[in-house]
Amino acid sequence: MISELNTYEATKLEEVTIWFKAAEVSKFPKNGGACVKYKDKQIAVFNFTRRRVWYACQNLCPHKMEMVLSRGMIGVDGDDPKVACPLHKKTFSLKTGMNLNGDLNSIATYPVKIEKNFVYIGFSE
Amino acid sequence: MKTILVIGNGMVGYKFCEKFVAQEKYKDFKLIVFGEEPRVAYDRVHLSEFFENGDADKLTLAPRTWYEQKGIELHTNERVVAIQRNTKVITTRSGRVYSYDYLILATGSTPFVPPIKGVHKQGVFVYRTIEDLENTMQYASNIPNGKAAVLGGGLLGLEAAKAIKDMGLEPHVVEFAPRLMPRQLDEEGSKVLETKMSDMGISVHLNKATQQILGNGSIQGMAFSEGDPLELDMLIISAGIRPRDELAKACGLGLGERGGIVVDNTMRTSDPNIFAIGEVALYNQMIYGLVAPGYEMAQVAVDQILGKETLMSESIDMSTKLKLIGVDVASFGNPFTTEEEAHAIVFENKLQGLYKRINISKDGKKLLGGILVGDASDYNMLLQLQQNEMALPENPEDLILGARGGEGTAMGNVMDLPDDAVVCSCESVTKGGICCSVLQEGHETLKSVAEATKATTGCGGCKPMVSDLVTESLKSLGKTVKVRICEHFDFSRQELYDIVKMRDIQDYDELLNTVGHGDGCEICKPAVAAIFASVYNETANRQETIQDSNDRYLANIQRNGTYSVVPRVPGGEITPQQLMALGRIGMKYDLYTKITGGQRIDMFGAQLHELPLIWEELIKEGFESGHAYGKALRTVKSCVGSTWCRYGMDESVSFAIEIENRYKGIRSPHKMKGGVSGCIRECAEARCKDFGFIAVEGGWNVYVCGNGGANPKHAELLAEKVDKETAVRYVDRFLMFYIKTAPPLTRTAAWLEKLEGGITYLKNVVIHDSLNIAEELDAEMQSYADTYKCEWKEAVETPAIRARYSHFVNSDEKDDTIEFVPMRGQKMPKAWT
Repeated sequence: MISELNTYEATKLEEVTIWFKAAEVSKFPKNGGACVKYKDKQIAVFNFTRRRVWYACQNLCPHKMEMVLSRGMIGVDGDDPKVACPLHKKTFSLKTGMNLNGDLNSIATYPVKIEKNFVYIGFSE
Repeated sequence: MKTILVIGNGMVGYKFCEKFVAQEKYKDFKLIVFGEEPRVAYDRVHLSEFFENGDADKLTLAPRTWYEQKGIELHTNERVVAIQRNTKVITTRSGRVYSYDYLILATGSTPFVPPIKGVHKQGVFVYRTIEDLENTMQYASNIPNGKAAVLGGGLLGLEAAKAIKDMGLEPHVVEFAPRLMPRQLDEEGSKVLETKMSDMGISVHLNKATQQILGNGSIQGMAFSEGDPLELDMLIISAGIRPRDELAKACGLGLGERGGIVVDNTMRTSDPNIFAIGEVALYNQMIYGLVAPGYEMAQVAVDQILGKETLMSESIDMSTKLKLIGVDVASFGNPFTTEEEAHAIVFENKLQGLYKRINISKDGKKLLGGILVGDASDYNMLLQLQQNEMALPENPEDLILGARGGEGTAMGNVMDLPDDAVVCSCESVTKGGICCSVLQEGHETLKSVAEATKATTGCGGCKPMVSDLVTESLKSLGKTVKVRICEHFDFSRQELYDIVKMRDIQDYDELLNTVGHGDGCEICKPAVAAIFASVYNETANRQETIQDSNDRYLANIQRNGTYSVVPRVPGGEITPQQLMALGRIGMKYDLYTKITGGQRIDMFGAQLHELPLIWEELIKEGFESGHAYGKALRTVKSCVGSTWCRYGMDESVSFAIEIENRYKGIRSPHKMKGGVSGCIRECAEARCKDFGFIAVEGGWNVYVCGNGGANPKHAELLAEKVDKETAVRYVDRFLMFYIKTAPPLTRTAAWLEKLEGGITYLKNVVIHDSLNIAEELDAEMQSYADTYKCEWKEAVETPAIRARYSHFVNSDEKDDTIEFVPMRGQKMPKAWT
């Protein structure tokens, strides 16, 4: 299962080579998330409507290796946007992927862009 | 400018620096520190945490930059090898020479390794530094599932045993004395601790004189003077400490007979320019292996150098409290009084692993000391009673048994402590100091008081007491202590409830924009969701992204991210036909089924996309949501009652069904459970529920505020022998009052405990309408009952809600990472690794 973690590598905006067309904006709940399938990857995408920002990260929670983060609740810690895993409320920064309430491995985050009402996620492979 | 050299960068050496630079005059001095370890000073008290997280930085007391900022010259990995007192210079291993005006010896101690034959074999370690731990862990990784022992059943030894267990080895503790923690515990206390330890898989071997370490090159076992040898793959020695006095010895300072640098109450050694502090110092013919006296010594040395007259306390408090392997252990004052000196009062509960002993002076007026095993929550207050020689309650046994009957606790109020009572012994902060920082310096939170006074920053054991003192001091200023649900709302749940209702606020964002700040979090969102549910009786479907995960998908998320489904079975009454329907649906979707504690049937292993399909079929069969996923009414458990039972006084099942249907769907601060028993045999266990009815001769007895779970509580009697209608009306009011006033995630029992006036007050509100709100409460509850709808029916019938139940937004595929394994003819999630 640990090897699954390695499937997800944080991708910076400047590293993006592929913009994957995921789904229409309306498919994503306001101030919440949904899961996108890209090749063999599961990507959690969050529509942070209040801040007018979109975030994407791996759907896999590094705590117990379950594909659940897209079903987590989003919020902020100070000014840092975060997602809380629905299983044990482990929280991760949606900006840096860091675990905010423990020492878990960081999660991989991906750039998101919106074009013509469609959500695109940036990958380097 | 004068120069102070500090030899030793351990906890006490660091504390000396910290206390010194806190003085105004510190700029007149040059501080140079030498540490022989490669790391800067770290917290040895919490060393075993290194085993848990492997993060040495977390233990660091202050980073290198701190020393730089304070102008302290720090040399780590640099051992001092000689002191020349006549010329006032020291020499280091790398050959450098420094001269001093004052010299501080904070060289600490070294683990005592008894001269046992074979003690130098591979696989034998000590437990003192991070390097020791790293070596131990490295060795342990090569002996998977091996056996390892700790020689020494003292404080540190037991910590090491826990570490061994955490490393996945089979842990043993070998102790020479007839009991564990011989300095802190008596025989009975030790026995209780032994039982707790063996429950946790740690074998304890007492009365063992070790003769030899067996093995060829590396350790293979231990041989004792009596009994069978113990086979082993590793050994950690924790048999006490020896002061590091070799430098002092070489330069001719006065030493004790068994080592240690002799100091007076100014911390001066036999050379007035040389001070010794911490575990190397021999004060009152004793070495003190605790942090608190070490810190006090550091303070005394600082003050003496600056010309103040601070002296070391005459008697040193050796009281300790710690959590060992998950067990509270504390010992204070004189724990071992004899029958001539004192009366000992002992309370023991072997079943719960509790042992408490207090020693009361012969005249019954003073507490001399005591021992607590299993529950040390009263340690701080007992320690204060002992240290300040405070008056004891009439029945001193109340101190360990709790006051029985009547209000309040035997301990009295924290504000009754004298001002000079030391509350934080690590940092010597008094009650007066804490209150003053609130009353005069204007600190209003525990955090800012801790920063200002340093209280709670040592071992942290005094935190509850300091927190109480801060709260009480604020109250005395007439300030209310602000209860906030989180950083986004400066209001309590009750205040937010009123705001939503009065200002007619419609959704979470509106509330956040009106009275909150920031963008919310996982604490305030579900709390506010519950308020909307209570105020407008709206289902979890409307604002789904502020709901707790379970509420958002109307199902309970389980280990592997699949869900369980629990249809409502009111009162636990179910027809054979309904049972068959559940069976059919369970088989169709391959669900694991189990009877719950609340008399219904739980079906596990449903994937997200299957939930609406399953519910569609359940609804067709006449089932409704059971709200097992919500902070809402779960079940009303019933016994079979007078319809069948030959003892039954009334129809408990009919009543339970009626009441469950009345309250179903109502959202509350926490889950709620009810029970109805048909007679006093109480088969429905109604007295461990949030509300319960028991049929008696002449009507129903109504009980409230009980619960099972982690802290079981028996319910309290609210009304006796009332008719059914009255019983329901009382519970209507009680629940409504609870829903409106309780903090988030607080069960009724915990809420009642904090309710000023307790059950008497509650009775007045509910029965005698002392607040003049009964009519309002009645109407609100009735409107809930009238507007109930099944949220699963709503979800299944509304396409937009149904669309939420898909694992991917861009694919109809299901999540193929979910794995099940077979178990007893059903299935279960593949175990976590």
